Amino acid sequence: MTSAPLIELRNISKRFGGVRALDDVSLSLDGARIHCLAGENGSGKSTLIKVVSGVYQPDEGEIFIDGQKVDRLDPVTSIAHGVQVIYQDFSLFPTLSVVENLTLNTFLREGKTRIDWTRARKMAREVLARLDVSLDLDATVETLPAAGRQIVAIARAMLADARLIIMDEPTTTLTGREVERLFRIVRDLQADGIATLFVSHKMREMLEISERLTVFRNGKKVTEGPISEFDERAITRAMTGRDLHQGRFVAPNLAGRKPRLELRNVSVGDKARDINLTLMPGEIVGLSGLIGAGRKAIAQAIFGLRQDMSGEMLVDGVPVTPKSVPEAIAAGLAYVPEDRLSEGLFLTRSIRDNAIVSSMERFAPHLWLDAEKAGAETRKMFAEMAISAPGIDVPVGTLSGGNAQRVMIGRWLMTQARVLILNGPTVGVDVGSKEQIHGIIQELTRKSDLAVLMISDDLPELAANCNRVLCITEGRIMGELSGETLTEEALDSALSREIEGETA
Amino acid sequence: MRFLRSSDAIILAILAVAMIFIGLVNPAFWQMSNLFSLLKENVVIGIMALGVLLVMISGGIDVSFTAFAVAGMYLTVRAMVALDYNGLVLPFMSAILIGGLLGLMNAGIIHRFKMIPLIVTLGTASVVRGLVLGFVGTSNVNINKMPDALVEFGKTDLFTLERANGSTYGLTAMIVIYLGLALVLHLVLKHTMIGRSVYAYGADPEAAKRVGFSTGRTMIFVYVTAGALAGFAGLLHSSMIWLANPRDFVGLELDVIAAVVLGGASIFGGRGTVLGTVLGVFILVMIQNSLILMGIDTTWQRIVVGAMLIAAVTVTALRDRRALV
Repeated sequence: MTSAPLIELRNISKRFGGVRALDDVSLSLDGARIHCLAGENGSGKSTLIKVVSGVYQPDEGEIFIDGQKVDRLDPVTSIAHGVQVIYQDFSLFPTLSVVENLTLNTFLREGKTRIDWTRARKMAREVLARLDVSLDLDATVETLPAAGRQIVAIARAMLADARLIIMDEPTTTLTGREVERLFRIVRDLQADGIATLFVSHKMREMLEISERLTVFRNGKKVTEGPISEFDERAITRAMTGRDLHQGRFVAPNLAGRKPRLELRNVSVGDKARDINLTLMPGEIVGLSGLIGAGRKAIAQAIFGLRQDMSGEMLVDGVPVTPKSVPEAIAAGLAYVPEDRLSEGLFLTRSIRDNAIVSSMERFAPHLWLDAEKAGAETRKMFAEMAISAPGIDVPVGTLSGGNAQRVMIGRWLMTQARVLILNGPTVGVDVGSKEQIHGIIQELTRKSDLAVLMISDDLPELAANCNRVLCITEGRIMGELSGETLTEEALDSALSREIEGETA
Repeated sequence: MRFLRSSDAIILAILAVAMIFIGLVNPAFWQMSNLFSLLKENVVIGIMALGVLLVMISGGIDVSFTAFAVAGMYLTVRAMVALDYNGLVLPFMSAILIGGLLGLMNAGIIHRFKMIPLIVTLGTASVVRGLVLGFVGTSNVNINKMPDALVEFGKTDLFTLERANGSTYGLTAMIVIYLGLALVLHLVLKHTMIGRSVYAYGADPEAAKRVGFSTGRTMIFVYVTAGALAGFAGLLHSSMIWLANPRDFVGLELDVIAAVVLGGASIFGGRGTVLGTVLGVFILVMIQNSLILMGIDTTWQRIVVGAMLIAAVTVTALRDRRALV
């Protein structure tokens, strides 16, 4: 060992009430290294970030920085030692300019009472040059895309003389190319002597970017080592404690059946053109494409959320033109949006209230709610979706991401939908739960003769759950993969062809 | 030119168009005497609007400032009458102090209990108005009782002009005080950490806390300044109209908030400029003044102000939403 690690945690424990969020955890982070911290939701990753950044004080254990024992690590000390956390929401000021977002906390740290705008601009220009990116300094941060905001957050951390940047799930909102740029920046930071701690549950980035990997499960460190010692299977096993077998979905025999959903020459504003699509009962059809390719617009149009759809749409052979959500529900359509927290769930309300809200016509036909029926059907859904919660009366806000997503999907099944549109069905759901949700979707599709349209950026998810995948490019269906040709690699190369086509 | 794309430039353009239009309908608008009286009407609403702007940038809404203005004004004038005191500096300091302390109460409640500013200020406004009327008095202090120093001060003109018939009219010196305060607030908001902390807090309170702003201090700055400006504006108002009425300013909240929103400040916080607010106040006062010149009934004026508020909120909300996409 040549020098002391940048930060060393020894036997750290942290309890919240009776729950051990961290249980005798030791972790050592070296300077200028890219370290990845993996684990499912609730495994203790966030608690660890908060211990390192000084937000939480551990109940037991010691913290060493540069080999020196630190008795009490609070946020100010942590920042003074060069620890910077980039939270998932970036903690930026949307209505303020890029310059100001970059420099405010430097001025604050220096205890300035006045703002020197000339110096601020100079600092901002220099740090962006170091990152080799160009941004309009006077643009307000809200006008930047997620990737741009992330760069502002990283640059701000650099201005704070960071030696260790902790990134919490940094790639959730980025497209493939933006992830590449982030990786380049992280490597540049490393060349500048800045260490990065990636907190993630995505395999690809762990394997591609990190040098060392630590896996957490239930507040304990399960395994640690150089990344070369791991593969996807080993990481999944470490994170979930079991082997996962992703069974591939095979559609039942469709011969002689009538299509559930048909789109004929459908166009949606300038987002999608000439979409012809047939969904048979028992089928799961994927929509693959870059963000902005028009997948979401198609889904929203089918569900009556857009008024600029033209062309013909048939559900079970009956032409429908839903102009609103109630009309779409009545036509047997259901849509589970991407962002279930902001677009779908009422967090302070119970599972039951969340489950029945889209089926009010059935449960409350004459103004009064048929509580018995609502309760019975919710309990049935609760069992079918294998939701783990004390009961149907607990608020949805207390559930984990995976269980919340099950409530969301269950709600739509309770509308007696025949066509289910899923947008990012397992975004933000941990690996184990994801597997189960996939199983539930597949089983329901088979059992209830649903037709499912699945939009996802997660290529393995599409490959494993769909019997067909349509590739959408700039609002058109450009190809279809099914059966033997439907593989992760084929989906990936279809996407990269599109990226090349776009840049050419 | 970034300025040409800013909200301030758009408001300036709206103002110019409105002035040309009003001038065409009613040429009397451009008479120097009318313009001077317009500017005079800007002063009190404008100073109050500066306080409301500050609260709005921080993401809150203040409806208590008119009550604080009444408290600052009426308490001070009654004390002057009772003590037979005839000065200027001390009374204005007392009005500022009363407004500031009441603002401190707002800040304390809002910050300590994390409550919605609109509800808190509705409550404090009602309490303060009630206390003034219940414990201090309900009768006006009229011109015959008003302290001379105040009346004389309110009469001060920068310069006077003579009409053809020999009567004179002047431009009130109070406009200098108003624009001076506006300039100071502009500099504070633009160039000091406390000023930027108001924008930061309005943009995202959680993020402001995380970068290390003392948000309690920011809240105190915002509400104490807004209260102090209100108290000052209240006393200035009574010195300009030679009357201290404990039931004054009822319904003025709407006008002032409308002016600030018209000036481009966002009701969602984090956005707003002093220049925009000054222009917004001018537009509002000018339109009200023109309605009077055209002999339109006061009930219709309320309708116009309400409609302007709704239109301005809609436009700024659309702007803010577009920015988020």
